[in-house]
Amino acid sequence: MHKENTGDAPSAHTPRVRHHRKRNTDVVAGAGKPNGSHLLVNDSSKYKSFLVRAYSTVWMIGGFALIVYLGHLYITAMVVIIQIFMARELFNLLRRTHEDKQLPGFRLLNWHFFFTAMLFVYGRILSQRLVNTVTPDKVLYRLVTSLIKYHMAICYSLYISGFVWFILTLKKKMYKYQFSQYAWTHMILIVVFTQSSFTVANIFEGIFWFLLPASLIVINDIFAYICGFFFGRTPLIKLSPKKTWEGFIGASITTMISAFLLANIMGRFLWLTCPREDLSTGWLQCDPGPLFKQETHALPGWISNWLPWKEISVLPVQWHALCLGLFASIIAPFGGFFASGFKRAFKVKDFGDSIPGHGGITDRMDCQMVMAVFAYIYHQSFVVPQSLSVDKLLNQIITNLTLEEQQALFMKLGQVLQEKVIGS
Amino acid sequence: AMEKDLNQNSPRIRKIRDNSYPPNTPTSRMNNNNQRDNHPNSPRDYNYSPSSPTARLRWRNRSNEIPAEVKRGNASNVRNLLLGDKNKYRSMWIRTCSSLWMLGGVFFIIYMGHLYIWAMVVGIQIFMAKELFFLLRRAHEERRLPGFRLLNWHFFFTAMLFVYGRILQQQLVNTVSSDRFIYKLVSGLIKYQMVICYFLYIAGFMWFILTLKKKMYKYQFGQYAWTHMILIVVFTQSSFTVANIFEGIFWFLLPAALIAMNDVAAYFFGFYFGKTPLIKLSPKKTWEGFIGASVATTISAFLFANVLGQFQWLTCPRKDLSTGWLHCDPGPLFRPEYYPLPTWIASFSPWKAISILPVQWHAFSLGLFASVIAPFGGFFASGFKRAFKIKDFGDSIPGHGGFTDRMDCQMVMAIFAYIYIQSFIVHQDYSVEMILDHISRSLGHEEQKMLYAKLGDILRHKLQGGF
Repeated sequence: MHKENTGDAPSAHTPRVRHHRKRNTDVVAGAGKPNGSHLLVNDSSKYKSFLVRAYSTVWMIGGFALIVYLGHLYITAMVVIIQIFMARELFNLLRRTHEDKQLPGFRLLNWHFFFTAMLFVYGRILSQRLVNTVTPDKVLYRLVTSLIKYHMAICYSLYISGFVWFILTLKKKMYKYQFSQYAWTHMILIVVFTQSSFTVANIFEGIFWFLLPASLIVINDIFAYICGFFFGRTPLIKLSPKKTWEGFIGASITTMISAFLLANIMGRFLWLTCPREDLSTGWLQCDPGPLFKQETHALPGWISNWLPWKEISVLPVQWHALCLGLFASIIAPFGGFFASGFKRAFKVKDFGDSIPGHGGITDRMDCQMVMAVFAYIYHQSFVVPQSLSVDKLLNQIITNLTLEEQQALFMKLGQVLQEKVIGS
Repeated sequence: AMEKDLNQNSPRIRKIRDNSYPPNTPTSRMNNNNQRDNHPNSPRDYNYSPSSPTARLRWRNRSNEIPAEVKRGNASNVRNLLLGDKNKYRSMWIRTCSSLWMLGGVFFIIYMGHLYIWAMVVGIQIFMAKELFFLLRRAHEERRLPGFRLLNWHFFFTAMLFVYGRILQQQLVNTVSSDRFIYKLVSGLIKYQMVICYFLYIAGFMWFILTLKKKMYKYQFGQYAWTHMILIVVFTQSSFTVANIFEGIFWFLLPAALIAMNDVAAYFFGFYFGKTPLIKLSPKKTWEGFIGASVATTISAFLFANVLGQFQWLTCPRKDLSTGWLHCDPGPLFRPEYYPLPTWIASFSPWKAISILPVQWHAFSLGLFASVIAPFGGFFASGFKRAFKIKDFGDSIPGHGGFTDRMDCQMVMAIFAYIYIQSFIVHQDYSVEMILDHISRSLGHEEQKMLYAKLGDILRHKLQGGF
């Protein structure tokens, strides 16, 4: 199994060093203005913090690679755990202990909404796969299908009970605090769950669609740092004073090129490209679809004179990867700017301190969140329709529908086709 | 809700504080609305403007009713009592007038049909969003952030595109299926609807970040969060309302009527029997009103459903965006079933059997929800107004306040009605519909025929081969 850079670690530990160095000594590393009098002090603490970050980075990468090796279900578990930690950091962020002491049980309300959101979101995304997992057992199958049928109603009742509970616990003179916390809870849950549910949906479509976007964000961060370090001169945006245009553009180009190459490498592994149709953990065998079948393009004459190869083999998915790379380099950084602006607005230094040397989990995930949502939408709109074929659909129909439903589908399809023939 | 302003028997601590100032001066009102902007001439400050006599009337009411209640025997209080009475009846008259107009308007729109109801819902939604956007805005900061209001409307437009695009997809496709070119255009748009909306949202997101101004970060982030919350609240319920409408006007009219019924009944029961207060948030509500209204609402739900269920205009779903008359088979829910009355009743009354539409049992659940849980929407709005020291959400409707004041319970009910209908009433051929959708969108005509033939073969094999 190959080792991959994770969304967490070397991703931005180096920019974080930039942050720290800047905050400690007011040196703008990217702009290349060294402040001589602090250099020595700089050096020893810089290397120490570098070492701390390196350790945590290595652990994160190692853990991540192991989880990718283990499979879809474990990656989902990892995503869920990250999500719980993020939610906890964010819940704690704007809380005021003074008010909280007068409101017992208010934190419990937050976790109630969290649980409801988790049930709702994962219920929708994983319902089909859950059904496929329990199909052999008749009793469980009945239970699961009825739960899914009333899934929306169940989640709604849970939400309404939380709503009613909130209203019944409104305390005089604390209205404003309670309403703000309520709104804040909703915003957190939306932000956290949208992106994590989309991430999980991507995972079950194929680990490729989770790994590629995450790696692109990491690569973008690293190369933004490197390019900024060597060539950085003009500042990019007031919100993040250390970012420079040179770093930005250099990183964009590098990210797109590496998107193209990474897609080729990752696309060769069935473990990464096959979708998971149920909740099992074994090996996957499948026909990955037309996107992952190599096409050979003959190189134009003037290039092939120089190079030993006469043609290159390109997986069609690499063109999609170019789009993902473009987004990762140009738009995803705005997630980071948003988080920076947010921290300045509320005068918070970091979202938390779970990861030594890096800050909290939300600090690591800010760009990843924007990317995950885009990757899901891109995948649903442009990749899925392309990879559908008559046989695949037929397969879906046979495996997912009961016999009665198949007959109903057959009749309806017949009607639709007849109407089209008559109408046109 | 309606009884808020008519039932005067409630002490309001804020208003007692007011009594030390003479009523109707800007200072007394300024103390209560310190969240609003500091310019008394701002057009948004409806409480200050002399052009809203009702608002001021209500103020005069409140500041005068409290001493009357405490029963200090001053001459001025006798004078205040008289004033109070006159004002109470005048305000009731104004409210009744505007209620009648609203009722008339709603009936007219229902007669016109689904598309016009949808337009009415969208109109109400725009007004609500406007009220709420204005609510926590501070004019001082606004002036330093040009284009910030435009951002709100950008997100509003994106949300509208997203939500109505999803809900009315099928209807839209059915409407344009006759014209080949528009059909292609529309189905292409629908296919990429999610991407389009996402890019619009991301554009707004980037615009927001690029316009962050130093020292205004907190205000801007607060407004951003507030915008999201408003849009979610407004669009969830209005999109569900529209989905209900196209399922059949019955499913829009019945829940809305039940909420109105509950309000009116709660007022009357509270007026005649009200004694024990219900909840600190809304001091005028009483347990007697609550319980009486619950009983009345569930009974009238049962009866309304029978009355409404007999009109095909109300019970048929609308499959496209046309406006003509509807004919359909309304389904088993609306076919009357006859229950013979037990003999002891049958001897009194002329009827031997009563006909009940099965939908009436569902109406029971709707009525129960409308009376027990939907009022919490009203409590939420009251608490919200107290938290942010606002008197009303707006002043579009004379005597009632703003649109959001009218719609607070309706919103909770609309969401419940949608979920109830989708879970218990509509038989979801969900997977069949989904796959059919997939097929028609992704496969060409030839491929569809191929799929049809292959599926036919497989099914025939299965039926012949036995299980």
